[in-house]
Amino acid sequence: MGGPTLSASDRALLDGSRGEGAALAMRIVVRMSEIQGARRLIDVASAHIDGCLYHGPAGLDFAERLAAGGARVAIPTTLNVSSLDLLHPERYRGDPETATNARRLMDVYVEMGCRQTWTCAPYQIADVRPTLGQHVAWAESNAIVFANSVLGARTDRYGDFIDICAAVTGRVPEAGFHLEANRRGEIVFGLNRLSPTLLAEDSFYPVLGHLVGLRSGSLVPVIDDLPSGTSEDRLKALGAAAASSGSVALFHAVGVTPEAPTLEDALKGEPPREVVEVEPASVRRARDELSSGAVEPLDAVSVGTPHFSLAEIGRLASLLSGRRVHREVAFYVSTGRDVLGEANRRGWVAELEARGVRFVTDTCTYVTPILAEDTRAVMTSSAKWAYYAPGNLGVDVVFGSLRECVESAVEGRVVRDEALWG
Amino acid sequence: MRRSGAERVLVEGTGEGEVVVLHEPLSFWGGLEAATGRIVDRRHPQHGVSIARAVVVMPAGRGSSSSSSVLAEAVRRGTAPVVILLARPDQIVALGAIVAKELYGTAPPVVVLDEHRFRDAARWRRARVEASSRGLVLHATN
Repeated sequence: MGGPTLSASDRALLDGSRGEGAALAMRIVVRMSEIQGARRLIDVASAHIDGCLYHGPAGLDFAERLAAGGARVAIPTTLNVSSLDLLHPERYRGDPETATNARRLMDVYVEMGCRQTWTCAPYQIADVRPTLGQHVAWAESNAIVFANSVLGARTDRYGDFIDICAAVTGRVPEAGFHLEANRRGEIVFGLNRLSPTLLAEDSFYPVLGHLVGLRSGSLVPVIDDLPSGTSEDRLKALGAAAASSGSVALFHAVGVTPEAPTLEDALKGEPPREVVEVEPASVRRARDELSSGAVEPLDAVSVGTPHFSLAEIGRLASLLSGRRVHREVAFYVSTGRDVLGEANRRGWVAELEARGVRFVTDTCTYVTPILAEDTRAVMTSSAKWAYYAPGNLGVDVVFGSLRECVESAVEGRVVRDEALWG
Repeated sequence: MRRSGAERVLVEGTGEGEVVVLHEPLSFWGGLEAATGRIVDRRHPQHGVSIARAVVVMPAGRGSSSSSSVLAEAVRRGTAPVVILLARPDQIVALGAIVAKELYGTAPPVVVLDEHRFRDAARWRRARVEASSRGLVLHATN
């Protein structure tokens, strides 16, 4: 196998036409292309970078090497969550040396021309959203699945190192989900054994995502029987959960997502590998899996994984309305700074903060030390948070709807509506 | 998606060391402690085992792309495996090694073995691997 066919400008980059940093970036794109067996490279219209989250010196060494070699992004490039909340610096409870390195890493990516979005939900910023069929190089598992599934854009699973190389060169291997054939649905989930009441509930969607991810692994799921007009926030939660429990990078929802007006379209005319009729008992089990251990007393609530949308902040404001978070519960909402700005203009931020809600921007409560050291029990409405936090933070988690999270935060103890789950 | 059953050298290099077999895919991110080379994923069957300077035999990596960073960090610290032998291609593992080589001049070769050779290698106590575009030399040493 001889490696991909390169264009004249690909070769020029390799030869140093844009400096040593860009040449290094192109070398890596070409090596990855060889590994993936791609025949050629293609252009991407935008990039979303994950490498700005500090994991240790190697990531910083890489970014600094690129920047020192004159590398600059060639396409609009957004940044994922970092390790620091620059708008609320007092949130950070980690050690100062890590903070210094984390800040340096953020600065290097900005030096290379990346936009300071600092969010895992860049699709919530209007001028960032890719369009149907558009090729992009996005990292961050929930952003990848949203771009592919909800927007019908085309991205493979980019991540650390390759993300900035794609941004600098504007080129990626024509492989993975950039190829039509690989976007075919493979495993179908039918929901018509579930009650309409359950499908009308927000918290069903992250639970469904958790179940779909576990069963699908890296296959492309097709979900049938979702109500048409299912909101982006629900699809966001579904995708994020599926990308965590499995490695789902694309799902189709018949009659809902753009590549699946019909089941046949989603399957591209082929029979599925497997069909699953989802039972209420499986859904209950999936929800129960998201909760671990004892959660009394309740120490904290964390919502906004992925980052809350404007609509979700508005919903929180109306659910909390007139009441306060119990003084012994720390209530965190993670969101992007752009969304925070819009919520602020509506007066929701001041109102929620006055009622005891703490906003976190630029980062997230499970990737950096924000929760108090002695936090043991946390409630969340996010399946992704519930999945990762026990391992990352050593806390016990209970999963519930946003409404249940708010009621629990007000009462100071876990309050759940068991009847909903049958 | 199409999966290859053929043997492939994903990252070239040479290495020799004690064979450590991982019975399940390992996510380096969250699963490997770069400071020590120890497996810290409590759910992994080889939890507690060190893969520092070992010839690792594992089905594949798994999970987040941040595993590339963790592998590069382990190379930086000298706690990385000396060779990684896989049962199927893994871009994230390969990328970690490729970047480590660019930054630090060294990295474990990453090789995909066929079923037969994978099973053989898993039974050896020590192994030597020479992997290049010209071919693959792989044998037990003692």
